[in-house]
Amino acid sequence: MRDSLPMKNTSATPLGAGAKRSTPSGGLQAWLPRLVLAPSVAISLFFVYGFMLWTFVLSLTSSRMLPSYDFVGFGQYARLMANERWWVASTNLMIFGVLFVVICLAIGSLLAILLDQKIRQEGALRTIYLYPMALSFIVTGVVWKWLLNPQLGIQAMVQGWGFESFRFDWIVDPDMAIYTLVIAAVWQASGFVMALFLAGLRGIDDSIIKAAQLDGASLPRIYLRVVMPCLRPVVFSAVMILAHIAIKSFDLVVALTGGGPGYATDLPATFMYAHAFTRAQIGLGSASAMLMLGGVLAILIPYLYSELRSRKHG
Amino acid sequence: MANVIRRQTPAARLGRGLLYGVLILAALFYILPLVVMLMTSVKPLSEISAGSLLSFPQNPTFAPWTKAWGEACTGMRCDGVGGYFWNSFAIVIPAVLISTTIGALNGYALTKWRFKGSELVFALMLFGCFIPFQVVLLPMAQTLGWLGISSSRAGLILVHVVFGIAFTTLFFRNFYVGIPNELVSAAKLDGAGFFRIFWRILLPVSAPIIVVSVIWQFTQIWNDFLFGVAFSAHNTQPVTVALNNLVNTSTGVREYNVDMAAAMIAALPTLVVYVLAGKYFVRGLTAGSVKG
Repeated sequence: MRDSLPMKNTSATPLGAGAKRSTPSGGLQAWLPRLVLAPSVAISLFFVYGFMLWTFVLSLTSSRMLPSYDFVGFGQYARLMANERWWVASTNLMIFGVLFVVICLAIGSLLAILLDQKIRQEGALRTIYLYPMALSFIVTGVVWKWLLNPQLGIQAMVQGWGFESFRFDWIVDPDMAIYTLVIAAVWQASGFVMALFLAGLRGIDDSIIKAAQLDGASLPRIYLRVVMPCLRPVVFSAVMILAHIAIKSFDLVVALTGGGPGYATDLPATFMYAHAFTRAQIGLGSASAMLMLGGVLAILIPYLYSELRSRKHG
Repeated sequence: MANVIRRQTPAARLGRGLLYGVLILAALFYILPLVVMLMTSVKPLSEISAGSLLSFPQNPTFAPWTKAWGEACTGMRCDGVGGYFWNSFAIVIPAVLISTTIGALNGYALTKWRFKGSELVFALMLFGCFIPFQVVLLPMAQTLGWLGISSSRAGLILVHVVFGIAFTTLFFRNFYVGIPNELVSAAKLDGAGFFRIFWRILLPVSAPIIVVSVIWQFTQIWNDFLFGVAFSAHNTQPVTVALNNLVNTSTGVREYNVDMAAAMIAALPTLVVYVLAGKYFVRGLTAGSVKG
């Protein structure tokens, strides 16, 4: 398809305003845009769509150390479903994803509303809230690993203040370690949600709020009943982006907990990497990658659908 | 939204106080990890084990920084993260320039030279923004091998360009959609060509979106870990991979001050970009969610 793109259209009349052309290079000019796009389309077809298909094919094989093309049907998916570590990783993603999204939304929207009250030094505060987003998840992981270190971090500090019985050793506790990922990820991304909400708030017409005030509505009520409904698209985009970050989370786990204790904080992304690259289970790793893709599509498709619908309806 | 009526009753004043209280608490939550990181990186080890997280360094020393830069062990080798820091630059700079250039041309072709199916082409490419990269890792490893550039900087540059153009195309496409078509149409009637129009009409007004695209790509690629760890050898690793190896190298005494200094080194370039061009950084972040 990509090869025929430029050729097919040398004679076609281009659509749009530049249709009438009198230069001798008219033919060339007509297919130049397509020629410019062709490499990107080719890259996209090969490296995105081709690779997805390729990974799918690998997931149907018995590949271990090296890719082999000995097909075993959906056997790897069955193995995955029977794999306890995969279930731990999937459950972790549910816990981590839901908490991460909900807490980020709560903190982000609260901070945005508070910042929107004619605050002095708003710019400085905004800068402080948002800077973690510029950091690598590896850096975030390294810093929070240090803060959460029971012997030298927050726990030791609070105990040093005289609260001897204070416990905050989640990072070494298999049942609680997953929540340390939530803390670090919220620290990194909630400022971004604040920025999204603040931009949304600034885009709302003042007269709506004034009208509500004249009706005697209280400020919290105005925000809840008038402002928030206007921000529905912002909430939607934020959920979409955060969920996407959650599914792709890999670096943070590697740097903060290494998936441990044991594999208590494994996520699908780390599961995939471990099996495909270090445990010589390419088939199984591919199957888990395909399920991750399925997860992303399950979020993406309803989003795009509603996006297109709302655009059609004005 | 900023026209909230303020009455200076005592209750209102209390409310204002509470408001600032919450905002400052939040600021502390975000800023303290950075402060702790910085303070820990200039404390001698003895002070770390004796003092507490927030205690101010008594005898500040830059030794952890020099050790992190040139001597600390990252896996097998003990030559610090300095070399990897430059590695990251050697990967990031070409990848950012190439992907931004391609994105600009794509965005231009998609908006000012629309053709039948150009929207489909855009949708096709846009999907690349959303895939979890795990789904391309294994085929990519094999393809880089076939191309003879596995574990090389060139390989990493290729990977970052390939998966960056979806974003850069999105940025430029959404920006150019907002540029009026009249000038372009007039230039076309005058017989100006594809590249001439781009060079003379679009490029001069593209400065803001170029900055957004460059900053976005710079932060994304600098902060990348997944591709870096999957497709590099010990001498081509980016700094994020080296930092992770340094922190997880388990020989001898854990030198937390060196860990923090290395983390600061890995974080500095993107922090500097953020401080200098925060406005554009935010615009890049929101570009994906605010539709053009």
